[in-house]
Amino acid sequence: MSKEFVRQMALDPDHFERRRSLMGRMHLDPWLLLLLLGVMGFGLVVLFSASENSVAAVEAQLVRMGVAFVVMLFFAQLDPLLYRRWSPLLYLAGTLALLAVMFFGVQSGGAQRWLDIPGVTRFQPSELMKVGVPLMTAWYLSRQHLPPRAMAILGTVVLIAVPSALIANQPDLGTSLLVAASGLFVLFLAGLSWKLITAMVMLAGLSAPAIWLYVMRDYQKERILTLLNPGSDPLGAGWNITQSKTAIGSGGMHGKGWGESTQASLDFLPESHTDFIVAVLAEEFGFIGVTILLTLYALIVIRGLFIASAAQSSFSRLLAGGITLTFFIYVLVNVSMVSGLMPVVGVPLPLVSFGGTSIVTLMLGFGILMAIHTHRRMLES
Amino acid sequence: MHWGTLRDTVQEKQLFQTRAFVAILGVVVITLSLLGRFYYLQVIAHETYTTLSDRNRVQVQPVSPTRGLIYDRNGVLLAENRPVFSLTILPERVEDMEALLADVQKIVDVREADIENFRQRLNERRRPFEAVALRYHLTEDEMARLAVNRHRLPGVETDARLVRYYPYGKLTSHVLGYVGRINKQDMQRLDPVRYAGTHYTGKTGLERVYEDELHGDVGYQNVETNARGRVMRVLEREDPEPGRDLTINLDIRLQHIAQQAMGDKRGAIVAINPETGGILAQLSTPGFDTNKFVTGIDHESYANLRDSLDTPLFNRATRGQYPPGSTVKPFLALAGLDSDTVTKSRVVHDPGYYQLPNSSQVFRNWKRGGHGDTTLSDAITLSSDTYFYDMAHNMGVTMMADYLRGFGFGSATSLDVRDERSGILPTPEWKRRVQGEVWYPGDSVNMGIGQGYFLSTPMQLAAATSVIASRGDRLAPRHLRSVDGGLPAHHLLPDVVRPPLELGRESDWEYVINAMVDVVHSSEGTARGINRGLEYKMAGKTGTSQVFSLDGGEYDEDELKERMKDHGLFIAFAPAGDPKIAVSVLVENGGSGSSSAAPVARQIMDAWINGFPEVMTEQAIPGAMQESELPDE
Repeated sequence: MSKEFVRQMALDPDHFERRRSLMGRMHLDPWLLLLLLGVMGFGLVVLFSASENSVAAVEAQLVRMGVAFVVMLFFAQLDPLLYRRWSPLLYLAGTLALLAVMFFGVQSGGAQRWLDIPGVTRFQPSELMKVGVPLMTAWYLSRQHLPPRAMAILGTVVLIAVPSALIANQPDLGTSLLVAASGLFVLFLAGLSWKLITAMVMLAGLSAPAIWLYVMRDYQKERILTLLNPGSDPLGAGWNITQSKTAIGSGGMHGKGWGESTQASLDFLPESHTDFIVAVLAEEFGFIGVTILLTLYALIVIRGLFIASAAQSSFSRLLAGGITLTFFIYVLVNVSMVSGLMPVVGVPLPLVSFGGTSIVTLMLGFGILMAIHTHRRMLES
Repeated sequence: MHWGTLRDTVQEKQLFQTRAFVAILGVVVITLSLLGRFYYLQVIAHETYTTLSDRNRVQVQPVSPTRGLIYDRNGVLLAENRPVFSLTILPERVEDMEALLADVQKIVDVREADIENFRQRLNERRRPFEAVALRYHLTEDEMARLAVNRHRLPGVETDARLVRYYPYGKLTSHVLGYVGRINKQDMQRLDPVRYAGTHYTGKTGLERVYEDELHGDVGYQNVETNARGRVMRVLEREDPEPGRDLTINLDIRLQHIAQQAMGDKRGAIVAINPETGGILAQLSTPGFDTNKFVTGIDHESYANLRDSLDTPLFNRATRGQYPPGSTVKPFLALAGLDSDTVTKSRVVHDPGYYQLPNSSQVFRNWKRGGHGDTTLSDAITLSSDTYFYDMAHNMGVTMMADYLRGFGFGSATSLDVRDERSGILPTPEWKRRVQGEVWYPGDSVNMGIGQGYFLSTPMQLAAATSVIASRGDRLAPRHLRSVDGGLPAHHLLPDVVRPPLELGRESDWEYVINAMVDVVHSSEGTARGINRGLEYKMAGKTGTSQVFSLDGGEYDEDELKERMKDHGLFIAFAPAGDPKIAVSVLVENGGSGSSSAAPVARQIMDAWINGFPEVMTEQAIPGAMQESELPDE
């Protein structure tokens, strides 16, 4: 099915545009919108039972989704040229903000991640860089001849490394890696040679022991050790992994049914409505539910990549592709973590986990995607 | 598009599309791998994780049965179960126990003794997530205060539990015994499965003897618990089988009258129905409030009870061993007649003392100057020691012991009294074994008046009296009357059948019984002091046992003169022709039996034969404590 669907989209990316429907005039991509709403709707259903039938939680989440939707709608209206123009400034502001965090940041939970602007707001510059880095790398690489030459690659790496290092220093290794990944995806889509990719992967593999010894902190090492052997401390660090695997596994093919999750409702599963919500979904809706969710995510990513492919400028292509793949990496990290394939890092399940910041940032990204897709110059064809 | 004109946009677009295609392939492969992971967890390893999940949430919990009640013969409740609200703490949920205890103390009254007990229980073996009690008998006020503050006291819960309660406290202490928390020794004895949900077990008395019947059978429930061990709902339940209700032969009114007659004197009373062997009253004074033991007595109170000179914890009725003194005379009289050692016409001159042939040792009569010429009948009525010295010497220890054994001396007689002691029925073999000495003829002489090595319990004396009263029926004394409100209880009692004691001449019974009637009714009888206004015929025998004998050791360390006085004894049954009750009374350091023990027996007899005072309803018996008097333990 997907092949047919994909081909149709590939052959005729402007399929909906012709009608100049309401969607078109609002600069929305109906396919993407439909898939996003599908995931969010499914998420709300799961959230209801994961939060122990809390109507308040669902309402709060609905409000956030509404805000995120408005944000998306707003950014969809902007011309991609505008993004291009403001990219360097945004990146610069974000990097400065990260520096400010280092010196004037607010401590919270052992890490210095927040920047307090007295009387105005309090925000995490690292969250800003989740969009800032793809914007900047796309801007930088779109000015180069592609595939990028050595100097361009070096420049991109520096652009990625500076904010990533600052975020890692907070310390927030998870976000740092995700921000770095968003930049590296842009580099990859720009045509980084396979030789270099292979070399970088090997370098990463070789430097792993050094990272383990000198970079990683004890709690991070512990998380990895726990992943490898959750039974070593079943009531302590291994508890989360053991309980979420138990929740997923006991769901079976068809699941226990909506609201029948015993692992979550009896408090065995920690963070059941935030980071570990996919375990509740798996327990209640079984393998079928998981397949539906992951298929929806995959379709969002595929649709995003086609939007990127169909984009008219190099900047738009790289930006759209980078945003889309970054979205996918969030899904991958969260789902791997919950199913016990990766160490526990605080990454929410995109569009489903309870919480505001992540949804707004993600929908902002999809707003940019829609802007790219719906603001077309009539040069080609 | 000025910025793109120099570049090969078509080639760049193609390059991007290749990369996007690779990315899509990657996304599809990764998504399929993730699905593979979920397929493994949810389909292939499903069973394993289902088991883990169920083990997580479902726990089997035992449900303790309700302990059977104990009623007296008229259906008056003697041991019941009352809901008691207690403050319990779930140690698994407490991070800082000291701080929590300090907080709790601000809200409810918790004494040092409570905390001490709590720590003790905390160290004992318990099931995981089993709450440990800190305080019992919370008042409504305290319940309310706890409810308000509960959110800031994690692990603190209030718990309504059925706790054993003895409405008559002291009055029934030595009959019923008490239940207490199961301790390490109990655990070795009790079936861990059957007692899985039980906190209390019978420790002494009938509670212990009939533990099996009273306990009932454990039930089970499968409960769903959350990660913190709190029960969320019951999935399945198999109800426990409650313990059986027991009715005992005791009449609480008679018990009360016995207590009143005894006053604050130390001693014991056993009253038996000679027709059935049923124990109508069994009292040991002073008693103690068994309710204090149920939820754990504090060290100080326990030490006070344990170290009291009055030994309230000691059950004199079944464990006190005293020389029977002259109360043994009717039994020896029957032995003498039946063995033809003496005849009814034999006359012995009583000069006030007795001397063995070829011996200078003098055995004195209690009455200086003696009773003159006495027949056997006179010897009983007047309690002539000389006659019985002579008879004992003639009969010999072996024959005496054989007959006394027939009356139940020398062994535990009752069917369901816990730890009844057997007394000592001395024989030459016994003396050689225990004392390492030969039996002297003087030992037999002493035994003839119930002194020397001979020891018996008040229970044995009452049982033996009952044998005379029934003219030979040897029905073992028993407490249990019926189960579950009227069902026969024979099968619960030990299958002990003692054939009736048969004498060569049936008339010997009447001869001795008449002499015993004279003890009370004749103007010469030693118990004549209690016959004023007596409307029925009572047969009795007084006795006085010397404290400075073998048994005296228990008390004579005490320097008080009071405690060196003789013990007064009295055995009796009535009406003499058709006995309804046989009684033995012991008054420690009471002096002569006629002045101390006999009046007590008279009051008991009067109540049983003439009827209880009208006003004596259940509530009128003090000891049936009101709610306000509940022990604060």
